[in-house]
Amino acid sequence: MIELDRVAYSYGGGELFSDVTLTLAPGSFQFLTGPSGSGKTTLMKLCYGELRSTSGHVRLFGQNAREMGRDDIALCRRKIGVVHQDCQFLDHLTVAENIALPLTVAGRGAEAADYLADLMAWVGLTHQANQLPPELSGGERQRAALARAVIVSPDVIIADEPTGNIDWEMSQRLLRLLVELNRMGRTVLIATHDLNLIRAAKAQVQSRVLRLTGRRLQVAGVDL
Amino acid sequence: MNGLFRYIAVLAGDPQADRTVPPTGFTARLTVFTAGAMAFLAVFALALSLATGRIADRWESELARTATLRISAPMDQLDAQQAAALTVLETTPGIASARALTAEEQKALLEPWFGPDLPVESLPIPRLIEIVETEEGYDPAGLRARLQAEVPGAVLDDHTRWRDPLIAAAHRLRLLAVVAVVLIGMATAAMITLAAQAALAANAQVIRVMRLVGAQDMYIAGAFVRRFTLRGLMGAVSGTLAGMVAVLLLPSTEVAGGFLTGLSFQGLGWLVPLAIPPLAAIVAFFATRAAALRTLRDLS
Ligand SMILES: Nc1ncnc2c1ncn2[C@@H]1O[C@H](COP(=O)(O)OP(=O)(O)O)[C@@H](O)[C@H]1O
Ligand SMILES: [Mg+2]
Repeated sequence: MIELDRVAYSYGGGELFSDVTLTLAPGSFQFLTGPSGSGKTTLMKLCYGELRSTSGHVRLFGQNAREMGRDDIALCRRKIGVVHQDCQFLDHLTVAENIALPLTVAGRGAEAADYLADLMAWVGLTHQANQLPPELSGGERQRAALARAVIVSPDVIIADEPTGNIDWEMSQRLLRLLVELNRMGRTVLIATHDLNLIRAAKAQVQSRVLRLTGRRLQVAGVDL
Repeated sequence: MNGLFRYIAVLAGDPQADRTVPPTGFTARLTVFTAGAMAFLAVFALALSLATGRIADRWESELARTATLRISAPMDQLDAQQAAALTVLETTPGIASARALTAEEQKALLEPWFGPDLPVESLPIPRLIEIVETEEGYDPAGLRARLQAEVPGAVLDDHTRWRDPLIAAAHRLRLLAVVAVVLIGMATAAMITLAAQAALAANAQVIRVMRLVGAQDMYIAGAFVRRFTLRGLMGAVSGTLAGMVAVLLLPSTEVAGGFLTGLSFQGLGWLVPLAIPPLAAIVAFFATRAAALRTLRDLS
């Protein structure tokens, strides 16, 4: 679905990584680890067309990302649910409106009524529906971000450190939601440097761990 | 037709979509105010344009067919010369009628300057004869030659001397009024472009988030276009109504004199300024659309 073929990304002076080859195969569950600043977020941005690679090929659902216009990328993003590291909410809209936003901008706002309530119950935010995003706790924000990522039933879910600033209990809950989505056939890619989270996932789902380090992407061994 | 529909489709958004862009209070009020002020000015420019057009037409049609004969002579010869002049005029081809102004009419003409008690009859004031031409018109040079021989004190004033520059001035004034309307439209477009650009720039983060969740350019632009079109329309409606009321309250013919009294709209002319609000909305629509699509291109 999403393929990176010998991709490099440089900015200003420095090269962040190069020769990165990554395939998000349908139904796969993968982790992306690596030290802070190694380029995990950047790599994910290449996967949903927010950034363009310096060299190499990025294919999004069969299309060459370099040849896609802004509107093509937008259509693509409706098939990719992204949980951003910093959530990216619209602070003047309620939590429920934020979660429904991907449907709204796709002109399918009317459908939100059907399953928004179920989705909010699934992530445990029923009572926060009419609050504004800044009023939420860290864990609530992450769950709201996940709900927004999945409301359009995307084929691929990309989560950038979704358990970054929440407690163990909550990250377990979030992980269970992601595993559940994977069992429903969704492709999942999670960036994290929380090894406990990865171990917990390995107990529930068959997964692969990729490590971004020394400007290269490697498949991590079983030892971890 | 299809292309036109695509343009208009932008306007048909759902209220839910419009909420995705936060309200921009100050820019909004500025836009409404400017659109209103521009519409107000446009009403006057239109009134001026219609009035000058009307005046030019009237001068061309009426004055063209009238002339005045003035007879200055010693008191005891006035009656004889007037009679001679009328005889000449009656036998001149191309003259429909010739009529001497009565003492009362002369008195009325002089009253504004000398007051009501002027003894016109006993004063050596020139006699005036009003001449109305036929469609074909007469030959002024021939008439002057005949008058010179038979009525030595007569001076023919065929109005062309002062009519032509006046008509030219009226036409020029009308052209200037049209230019003013066009300039007002362009200034409105420029102002709305700036306001829309400011609103888009202020919402760069909102736009970023909308794009991250899959919004296409047309969708984002639409939210701004609807907002600014509506504001332009609202402002223009109030400005136009205010302008029309102001024109309506202009002093009427009885009160003031001359050229200024014709400035008000007449008859169906009152419908003309009603075109301003829809035009303002169209200007706002295209200005915002262009500004939004350009800014969205730059923001990527
Ligand atoms: N366009 C850019 N300009 C400047 N610095 C950049 C740019 N893109 C990435 N970086 C830097 O590259 C590094 C990698 O960032 P990031 O992808 O967020 O890594 P990670 O998510 O693994 O922490 C960071 O130090 C960031 O500051
Ligand atoms: Mg990161």
